[in-house]
Amino acid sequence: MTSRTWERPSGTEIVYERPRSLTDVVTHYCPGCTHGIAHRLVAEVIDELDIRERAVGIASVGCSVLAYKYFDVDMLQAAHGRAPAVATGVKRVRPETVVFTYQGDGDLAAIGTAEIVHAAMRGENLTVIFINNAIFGMTGGQMAPTTLVGQETTTSPGGRRPQRAGYPIRVCEMISVLDGAAYVARQALSSPQSIARAKKAIRKAFEAQLEERGLGLVELLSSCSVNWKMSPGDALRWIETHMVPVYPLGVFKDWTEAGAEAASSPVRPAAGGSDGAERRGEAAG
Amino acid sequence: MKSERVLMKGNEALAEAAVRAGCRYFFGYPITPQNEIPEYMSHRLPEVGGQFIQAESEVAAINMLYGAGGAGARAMTSSSSPGISLKQEGISYMAAAEVPGLIVNMTRGGPGLGGIQPAQSDYHQATRGGGHGDYRTIVFGPATVQEMVDLVGKAFDLADRYRTPVVIVGDGMLGQMMEPVVLPDPVDPDRLPPKPWATTGARGRRPNLINSLHLAAAECEELNRRLQAKYSEIQAKEQMAEIVHPGADYFVVAYGTTARICREAVGQAREEGLSIGLLRPITLWPFPTKAFEEVLETAKGFLTVEMSLGQMVDDVRLSVGGRAPVRFYGRTGGVVPSAEEVLGEIRRMVEEGDEGR
Repeated sequence: MTSRTWERPSGTEIVYERPRSLTDVVTHYCPGCTHGIAHRLVAEVIDELDIRERAVGIASVGCSVLAYKYFDVDMLQAAHGRAPAVATGVKRVRPETVVFTYQGDGDLAAIGTAEIVHAAMRGENLTVIFINNAIFGMTGGQMAPTTLVGQETTTSPGGRRPQRAGYPIRVCEMISVLDGAAYVARQALSSPQSIARAKKAIRKAFEAQLEERGLGLVELLSSCSVNWKMSPGDALRWIETHMVPVYPLGVFKDWTEAGAEAASSPVRPAAGGSDGAERRGEAAG
Repeated sequence: MKSERVLMKGNEALAEAAVRAGCRYFFGYPITPQNEIPEYMSHRLPEVGGQFIQAESEVAAINMLYGAGGAGARAMTSSSSPGISLKQEGISYMAAAEVPGLIVNMTRGGPGLGGIQPAQSDYHQATRGGGHGDYRTIVFGPATVQEMVDLVGKAFDLADRYRTPVVIVGDGMLGQMMEPVVLPDPVDPDRLPPKPWATTGARGRRPNLINSLHLAAAECEELNRRLQAKYSEIQAKEQMAEIVHPGADYFVVAYGTTARICREAVGQAREEGLSIGLLRPITLWPFPTKAFEEVLETAKGFLTVEMSLGQMVDDVRLSVGGRAPVRFYGRTGGVVPSAEEVLGEIRRMVEEGDEGR
């Protein structure tokens, strides 16, 4: 890995730099896109847990398809929606690796619903970073399963109408009821405070894998200012004013064996369950 | 510890041969007539430190294979026709990203849900790539349980050598029949050649990437040229066929279960004094064109017999190149042709000669 050389003035200290687990390249993401923040948070956690040389990332299809260029770890690029299946194959062969998928909402919540549900069902020791920006970004702003009711997209002219196009899919709520899911949380990339909480959640989702507790999934409410046709600032505010009410933030599940035993529960508690599961719908900001 | 001859069902013999070839990971989904393969693997793989996953779908199973092969393991999946259709996306990705792996198709009648009886109507799908894009896979069409067992090890070796998915096309008959087999000596997967390209965690090296995305057209073309060069090498080096009665005037061309029936019909025809041989492709891709060049020195006509309404016959015609008439006889939908039917076709071919062209 090459770094640009730069002479640090004496008497100063570095307080912010590129994480070791990110490559030193310019990304293709649009100005105002929150993928860069999400990438950085994942890379910071990989650095802090000192797992870069054990990490294997699975890039999906959509805007984050090129994630393999940005994470400085072993990477596989998976077919649309199949990242959890590919990750399963890697992890079963190499249990010493730390495997994560990075998937958008078109990928995970539309074409890949079977793969994510069953990876969670099997309790695969994987970490899933799920970017929910309520739209298909890469293909030009089509409706996603996560698109809000009334939200205008290129395939929901006049706004998503439930009578024809159904309702937004809440992935965390759905996955958290599966016994094989160990850690499930939703955070927003809309403010410094919520970004700090997002990083904590990502760390917990990696720790769940390291402790072999099962699937860890973090949903990150993200902006797509270009396809939402908003300024980057307005897009971040729109996450909080429009997305958070539909997609409540919080930890939906944090299962531990000790917690389960204390509750003498025959199954892993889901949202609203006993020890280890924080109350769902924890308020934002 | 060379194995003794044992009586085994085709599907189970294939599964055991895979384990002995160093396969430690199996991903599959139930579908008739191949269920004995996942059933066998579900108890056998844990015994040798491997893993079996019953996936949620054929799509997931092939993508697990993509991950496992990408991580450097010998791994496989098996299915039957409708399930193989679902796997095509993943096979295309494996071919493009150059991930080795074994895919077994115990073919049944189609199209659609079809039936569960033996068929050979997935020939085009298997030999033309099957999924999207400009690629091929190595395809074996064994005719006996022993040959199927022997080809499993070869399939894994070629998959690793050429970094490509390899397909074994059997059918319901081969999978379900019991025959005596001698199983190969076990291979220790830890002693196989290393795979420095695999995604195993970038410990002390630069990260590896397994990928099939090439947004720049010239880059994507370059990948395709590289794949085609590999396929040309495979065509030159890996053709396999059996020629029974070389030097005959006429040849029946058949593979797999159909070849067994044709072998009997050819024997009967020869007892009647007809000069007839059997050309049996073992690799369906690369198609054994060299074997055709050999028999064309004497052959005055060919009869292709398939359990389909005519798929391999296209390759026979391409290989013969108009130098002799090529006839076709097929049954399909799970109907297996009888030796008597084939014998009747052989007699007609010899009687009509060029008129049957």
